[in-house]
Amino acid sequence: MGQTIIEKIVSNHAGKTTFANDLTVVDVDFVMASDTTAPLAIQAFEKMGGKAIWDSTKMALVIDHASPAPNQRIASLHDMMREFATMQKIKLYDVGDGICHQLMIENKHANPGQLILGADSHTCLYGAIGAFSTGVGSTDLAGAMLTGKTWIKVPETILINIDGALQPGVSAKDIVLYVVGQIGIQGATYDAIEYKGTTIENLSLDGRMTIASMSIEMGAKAGILHTTGLQLEQEFEHILPDKDAVYKEVIQIDATKITPQIAVPHSPDNVRSIHDVEEIIVHQAFIGSCTNGRLEDLHEAAHILKGKKVHPNVRLLIAPASREVFLNALADGTVQTLTEAGGTFLPAGCGPCVGTHLGVPGNNEVTASSTNRNFQGRMGNRNSNIYLGSPAFVAAAALNGKISNPQQYYGGI
Amino acid sequence: MKIVGRAHVYGDNIDTDRIIPGKYTKTLDLQSLADHVMEDLDPDFSKNVQQGDIVVAGTNFGCGSSREQAPLALKTAGVSLIVAQSFARIFFRNAINIGLPIIEVKDFTIAPNDIVEADLINGTITVNGETYIGTKMPQVMVDILNEDGLVPYLAKHNNYHL
Repeated sequence: MGQTIIEKIVSNHAGKTTFANDLTVVDVDFVMASDTTAPLAIQAFEKMGGKAIWDSTKMALVIDHASPAPNQRIASLHDMMREFATMQKIKLYDVGDGICHQLMIENKHANPGQLILGADSHTCLYGAIGAFSTGVGSTDLAGAMLTGKTWIKVPETILINIDGALQPGVSAKDIVLYVVGQIGIQGATYDAIEYKGTTIENLSLDGRMTIASMSIEMGAKAGILHTTGLQLEQEFEHILPDKDAVYKEVIQIDATKITPQIAVPHSPDNVRSIHDVEEIIVHQAFIGSCTNGRLEDLHEAAHILKGKKVHPNVRLLIAPASREVFLNALADGTVQTLTEAGGTFLPAGCGPCVGTHLGVPGNNEVTASSTNRNFQGRMGNRNSNIYLGSPAFVAAAALNGKISNPQQYYGGI
Repeated sequence: MKIVGRAHVYGDNIDTDRIIPGKYTKTLDLQSLADHVMEDLDPDFSKNVQQGDIVVAGTNFGCGSSREQAPLALKTAGVSLIVAQSFARIFFRNAINIGLPIIEVKDFTIAPNDIVEADLINGTITVNGETYIGTKMPQVMVDILNEDGLVPYLAKHNNYHL
């Protein structure tokens, strides 16, 4: 019987051939935790009797969710992470370095074909480069820190074929929002998703990361893109499914029909076409997060905002996904373009996306956001509404003070 | 292993941001989590919840973040069991890992303040004289739960046994 990509990667890490629904113990290639999850993981690791982690070269800690520390209590948790990293001789990414998932890819801690655990739900993002990566809680992570292994139930896979050229002004975020809208917030629970097709083959690495990251918004254990067409600095082996692999479901999507997609409050699967939500007044606009805080995303915003000013009633906030993204945007003039337009750059990190600090909306305010979740209270105020879309959507909303179709800035609607 | 408690009933897709908002998660003080548990969904929950109470929900309970603070906040507030039609994957594992019992039952009728009796070994719940059969948990999860969570499980076994 043929295998899916996930079944192949799990087999490679279990030391035996496995198929969907098998329970197995696997070796992990790398583990990661952020400042939301690392302190509990460190505490659990020590309570398990852990003295040294199984391999100090295979773990990273990242201070990104509340970075720099907004108060003394969080500063103490950051110090706890720094002390642990020093003691265990593991890599720590500190204030301003960037978002954990971006750093895992940039620094090649995550590589194609690997099996990676991260104590953050968006760890599924490394499926962008053909890795099986999945989010776990702090105690599960501590178990992997101790043993170098974890147990898993091999997921069934949903195959999504996406073919055709995207319309101008439509990007990877619109694809994944469209998919989330189709599958629903629990439609892929316990499953993996494979994405393939000509549309995927033509996406940049940035776009691939956007799509993989939101697999968790359908409840998936992992979301993995076929590596066909993927360009990386490092050499890698393409792991593709067997022709007779067994899928739970196969979905066909015609990318040429996808218009800008918006998730309306309060769930990422409340997806509408831009035409259904135009004219809604916007007070805050945010470009950032592991889903859309990369250079390509900042370029989209700059394309729309170059030489213009954001609407006087809108605050435009931008948090680059990493220091490297910021430096590249600085070097090519994007930072200047967006700042001249009235945008405010925040430190590289998660910040407003998770409501920890910076960019908390006021009561009854609307935020247009390039992030991945619009749950009630997500950005720190339950009495506000979040609309999710592409960076172009956010830039168009910031410019006009209301939700408007970004395609008008790409030569058509 | 039997659990008996009073039900607090909620709907579908209760996400981790509503169980414990992100702004409260950066702490090792579990009581401070319990003080804010469910506050964006049910502002009176932390005042009303009593030791041994049971949370009952629809489908996809705990969707969203990997934050283990969500089940920890419920457990610290006194919740002894969560019954739901289905759970989000990470929440499900996290609850077992911290020793908070959960049962997945596809179909049931439970009203607020009903007394729910659960049999964890058989995976059943009984309410108002009706017994409902839940989904059987993988043995490794039962083993972890029997040890009161993954920390004591790994402290004892030092590895995973399937």
